Amino acid sequence: MPPVLQVNNLQVTYYTDAGRARALDGVSLTLTAGEKLGLVGESGSGKSTMALAMMRMIKPPGRIEGGQVIVDGTDLTALSEENMLKARLSKIAYIPQGAMNSLNPVTRIGAQMVDAIKAHDVGSSRADIEKRCKHALESVDLSNSVFKMYAHELSGGMKQRACIAISILLEPKVIIADEPTSALDVVTQRQVMETIDRVQKQIGAAVILIGHDMGLMAQFVDKVAVMYTGRIMELSTVREMFTDPKHPYAQALIKSLPNLENKGVFNGIPGMAPALLQLPGGCTFHPRCTFVMEACMTQRPQSTTLAGGRVLECHLYPEKA
Amino acid sequence: MSDLLELKNVTKTYSRGLLSRISTTALNDVSLKLEVEQPTIMTVAGESGSGKTTMAMLLLGFIEPTSGQILYKGKDIHTLRGEERMMFRREVQAVFQDPFAVFNPFYTVDHLLTVPIERFKLAKSKSEARSIMFDSLTAVGLRPGDVLGRFPHQLSGGQRQRINVARALVLRPKLLVADEPVSMVDASLRANILETLRGLQRDYGVSIIYITHDLTTAYHIANSIIVLYRGAVMEAGAVDAVIKTPQHPYTRLLIDSIPWPDINRRWGETAIKVRESDLSSGHSSVGCRFASRCPAVMDKCKQSPPLYRLSEHQAASCFLYEQNPSIAPEKLTELLPV
Repeated sequence: MPPVLQVNNLQVTYYTDAGRARALDGVSLTLTAGEKLGLVGESGSGKSTMALAMMRMIKPPGRIEGGQVIVDGTDLTALSEENMLKARLSKIAYIPQGAMNSLNPVTRIGAQMVDAIKAHDVGSSRADIEKRCKHALESVDLSNSVFKMYAHELSGGMKQRACIAISILLEPKVIIADEPTSALDVVTQRQVMETIDRVQKQIGAAVILIGHDMGLMAQFVDKVAVMYTGRIMELSTVREMFTDPKHPYAQALIKSLPNLENKGVFNGIPGMAPALLQLPGGCTFHPRCTFVMEACMTQRPQSTTLAGGRVLECHLYPEKA
Repeated sequence: MSDLLELKNVTKTYSRGLLSRISTTALNDVSLKLEVEQPTIMTVAGESGSGKTTMAMLLLGFIEPTSGQILYKGKDIHTLRGEERMMFRREVQAVFQDPFAVFNPFYTVDHLLTVPIERFKLAKSKSEARSIMFDSLTAVGLRPGDVLGRFPHQLSGGQRQRINVARALVLRPKLLVADEPVSMVDASLRANILETLRGLQRDYGVSIIYITHDLTTAYHIANSIIVLYRGAVMEAGAVDAVIKTPQHPYTRLLIDSIPWPDINRRWGETAIKVRESDLSSGHSSVGCRFASRCPAVMDKCKQSPPLYRLSEHQAASCFLYEQNPSIAPEKLTELLPV
């Protein structure tokens, strides 16, 4: 199957007074239609920058320095600003973190949906547009009456589902969901995730789920990419990641997870993520790594693909078998 | 044995509307007891709107209960004056959810720690104050040199949250009310903060009321648990019993919805009933509060079910367990192991 999303060597730098911070340092990944990828990492690892870069929504002092984002054959980074406006929502859609703050409080949900369609599709009749909106609301389990409501009349979970409805209006090829449930409680979270799962299957879109909740990843995605200091440390299928993580950072991350069997055992990851302005030399994880070797301090490991398709960036796994 | 803190049939109702009073019962007839001699970690769990934060506010004395009493060492906390009030303020400490919002960005971390030391006259000299600060920072797993003299924006969320715990610790509290202390902290740092909290209970004899919607962390840190839904106790007991063998339909739904980080354990099969009451504000306050979403709803559920005792350390407020002996709400504490 041809990939629907291809990210090649994407680089984003923020120019601050204190220096240049490489928020995204050459990230590559590929997704086919219907595939779900989880992007995990600590705060500051570049997850959200990745989402914004793919949407071309990086604001100064940040800049996309290089790389490509190819959605369905079109390189988004090469589009004009005007064409990029068209591509957002129709090719690639974004469900932001904290939906409660992303809806306009003074216009009705319906008006915001109609706006979104009109911006891309000038020809349609009002009745037709409204029908599409209501269909989208139905597919996220919201009643038609939500069309006429304001954001403050909805609960957190409903607002988040309204955002999902907006994001699927134009049946995009790729949906990026940035911590869509971080502010919701478990039951609502499950509802929202099941909604995303269902609509994603309906329209056959690839989904990138960003977050740090590994539990959610285990339940939802097909592949997991672990990010650290703007780089992908490991990219594996969800089963490989949870049963046999390879990269020491991924191993520590999996080990830090609480489950029912190991009551009262806490395995935090010692140390903290380095500031992007003062990255350690060599492998950026080496100061916290338990398997640190001499090469790790001086040489940055290259990204290698293991047999079976797992991608790793670590001196422990030097060459392709 | 003397009581550290006691809630006696506490109810909190919020009213709004000037002409037609609409009232919401945020917490309904909850009784609890914590003892001085046996420091414990008790979880209060529930989703948004369950009354967990109302409970924290009540415990800290920020709001007054509509009916019932909150006693601290046998005295109503709203009648405390002078020295006793200072004592209460010192011995009951809080850690809040958002480690980014509770710091004043203009002051360094030192300020946050020195103010309570000065306010409560905990140190006779500058050097003594400094050693208290050092000790409490070390106790929460921070290197004083890493954080002292820094501004909040220079610290990570996990560090800030641990400084909050350290600030509470400076005062040598008897009770710590932790309202969602890890929900805004990175998953990889959660373990460290939870470990810190447990250390406080174990090594410093601080009782902790851990308020959360996250049952995974509750399971790992707490001894006992109370599950709230719209202000009423649904299920309570030993944390192992409640989380491993939940009995109330609501607790089952909650536990079924936890995304376990285990690919062999799938997300629950039970379908979720959408909370229709989200749309219509006028829901009846009589009867079981979970009835509108309950898969096992019966006619009887129009009345409020009492707590039925299922085992020594577990009770559920549900008519499914009618054949079991019921217990009065005041006896709730007897169920909770320490």
